[in-house]
Amino acid sequence: MNVIVCVKQIPDPALPGALDSSTNTLKRDGKLILDESDSYGVEMALQLVDKAGGGEVSLVSMAPNGEVSGLRTALAMGAAKAVLVSDPALQGSDALTTARVLAAAVGRIGGADLVIAATESSDGYTGTVPEQLAEVLGLPSVTFAKHVEIDGSTLKASRQTEDGYDEVECPLPALISVTAGVVEPRYPSFKGIMAAKSKPVDTVTAGDLGVDPVGWAGAGQQISDVAKAPERAAGEIVEDDGEGFAKIVSFLENLKVI
Amino acid sequence: MNVWVYVQGSKGAPTSASLELLTKARSLGDVTAFVGGDGAALAEAVGQHGAAKLYATGDLGGRLPGPAVSAAMQAVIEGGDSPDLIMFPQSYEARDVLSRLSVKLGKTVLTNNVDVAAAGGAVTVTTPIFGGNTLVSTTFTGDGPFLAGFRPKSFAAEPSGGGAAEVVAAAVPEVGPTGAAMVVATHVEETSGPKLDEAAVVVSGGRGLGEQAKYELIETLAKLLRGAPGASRAIVDAGWVPYSYQVGQTGKVVKPGVYIAAGISGATQHMVGMKGSKNIIAINKDKEAPIFGIADLGIVGDVHKVLPKLIEALQSR
Ligand SMILES: Cc1cc2nc3c(=O)[nH]c(=O)nc-3n(C[C@H](O)[C@H](O)[C@H](O)COP(=O)(O)OP(=O)(O)OC[C@H]3O[C@@H](n4cnc5c(N)ncnc54)[C@H](O)[C@@H]3O)c2cc1C
Repeated sequence: MNVIVCVKQIPDPALPGALDSSTNTLKRDGKLILDESDSYGVEMALQLVDKAGGGEVSLVSMAPNGEVSGLRTALAMGAAKAVLVSDPALQGSDALTTARVLAAAVGRIGGADLVIAATESSDGYTGTVPEQLAEVLGLPSVTFAKHVEIDGSTLKASRQTEDGYDEVECPLPALISVTAGVVEPRYPSFKGIMAAKSKPVDTVTAGDLGVDPVGWAGAGQQISDVAKAPERAAGEIVEDDGEGFAKIVSFLENLKVI
Repeated sequence: MNVWVYVQGSKGAPTSASLELLTKARSLGDVTAFVGGDGAALAEAVGQHGAAKLYATGDLGGRLPGPAVSAAMQAVIEGGDSPDLIMFPQSYEARDVLSRLSVKLGKTVLTNNVDVAAAGGAVTVTTPIFGGNTLVSTTFTGDGPFLAGFRPKSFAAEPSGGGAAEVVAAAVPEVGPTGAAMVVATHVEETSGPKLDEAAVVVSGGRGLGEQAKYELIETLAKLLRGAPGASRAIVDAGWVPYSYQVGQTGKVVKPGVYIAAGISGATQHMVGMKGSKNIIAINKDKEAPIFGIADLGIVGDVHKVLPKLIEALQSR
């Protein structure tokens, strides 16, 4: 069984985000890391291939400046190879263009029984790319999958819903998007990290993939304003001296909640 | 301007997020609703909230809505009834339909919006970023239909007094392999008490509770205040409580009269889900915790000391 995982390389979410003042897009010029949301997909792919008893896990990623640090992390976890789409022309691409680029990269690897993505990225969280990608690829999909099993050529998944979950069955090839916590991502071993250094990363441009238009030219949107949201007035912060609970009681009394 | 609203039904009625969007759409132009499922049961509520017409696919027979409903929408649009803007509530179902439709029509999508404005044919949406401290406005370029997803509770739902909407069938065309995923069973997680996103009081617990068993404090307090218990993602991921308890960017958006955050740090992804609460009370032992930045009342202290005393005080009233 061959699985392709879409992984995003993002600025460290622990650092405060910033907008580029000339383009009003998120700054992505520092070092990028593997989006933690994608580590679940990588782990799930490795487990499914392992259970199937053969095949491999490949990665596709779109990132500026030929960035590979995040890909190396996923390769160190056990993925075999990667296609990286890196092209200055892609700056400003919208979610639809991103899906088209990723679809072309998935096609370049070819032979996928299953494509996995996270439900949304941690830095942009548009949350539409997985399902857009499925549509471009002409695949059925199960988004928000929280439990996944492969039974022959059928995918069986539990899919998150507003008030519980659905059991969904779908023939392969298919695409799934997985929520955080579906599996416990492994830490790359020292051996894995060393091996990852020599695993193949095929770096291509949007032109190589034949996707056009891309970037600002392909985006049907324009940022028109960036403003500070109104701040909440500062509240009363008190140290608990054993009577902190009483503060809460009188606060609730004032609001007539009790 | 012609505006479509994607309406989602739940237990025979439109979801509150759908009614919120219908209400907003009324202020932008003529409103038509579209539902992936049976229309008859929803026609009255949809009409009361301002839509004259309701396109309905009829029962989907177990097919997932994404490929099926987007294909039905595309067929209506290409048949000549093309809106300028389609507003989607950001639910699991609607998000799939929105994404598939964007590829079918070759149109950009903008999600996570909390507001929309139209002026002279241009449509601009507003999205909060960085945990809600910055608002970005984005204008669609090119031709419509413009596709936009909205966070729940972005607008208040209000009936307009209109009569039932006219239900018009919108058949699902053959979609081929993309439509092959089928729902074989549905599970509803039972909850008692008010619903998390409708409760007047929400009491949420986070990793600061230390262990799963301590979540009982949250449940007890929520019950005493006739509210709903909620959670940060940290404890949902840890398996202490089901996902349906999660408040935040990838969980529910809540705007109760009172929100109590106990042992929650206040990560931006949590705050976007509860920042709109009228009153926020935070209990955290770290006085530098970001949650105190938006709290109306902050208690710097140990949840294991403050919560039991608070519960005792309320029980003895
Ligand atoms: C893409 C993405 C989406 C996300 N979506 C969501 C979401 O929807 N909702 C969400 O909540 N999170 C979400 N997160 C996760 C978020 O970033 C945080 O990791 C999470 O909210 C942290 O939960 P927490 O506050 O319970 O835990 P922590 O951040 O670990 O905070 C625990 C807090 O408890 C305090 N504490 C510890 N012991 C005590 C004690 N005895 N008494 C009092 N206080 C104590 C600590 O001081 C600390 O502030 C998302 C993250 C990503 C990347």
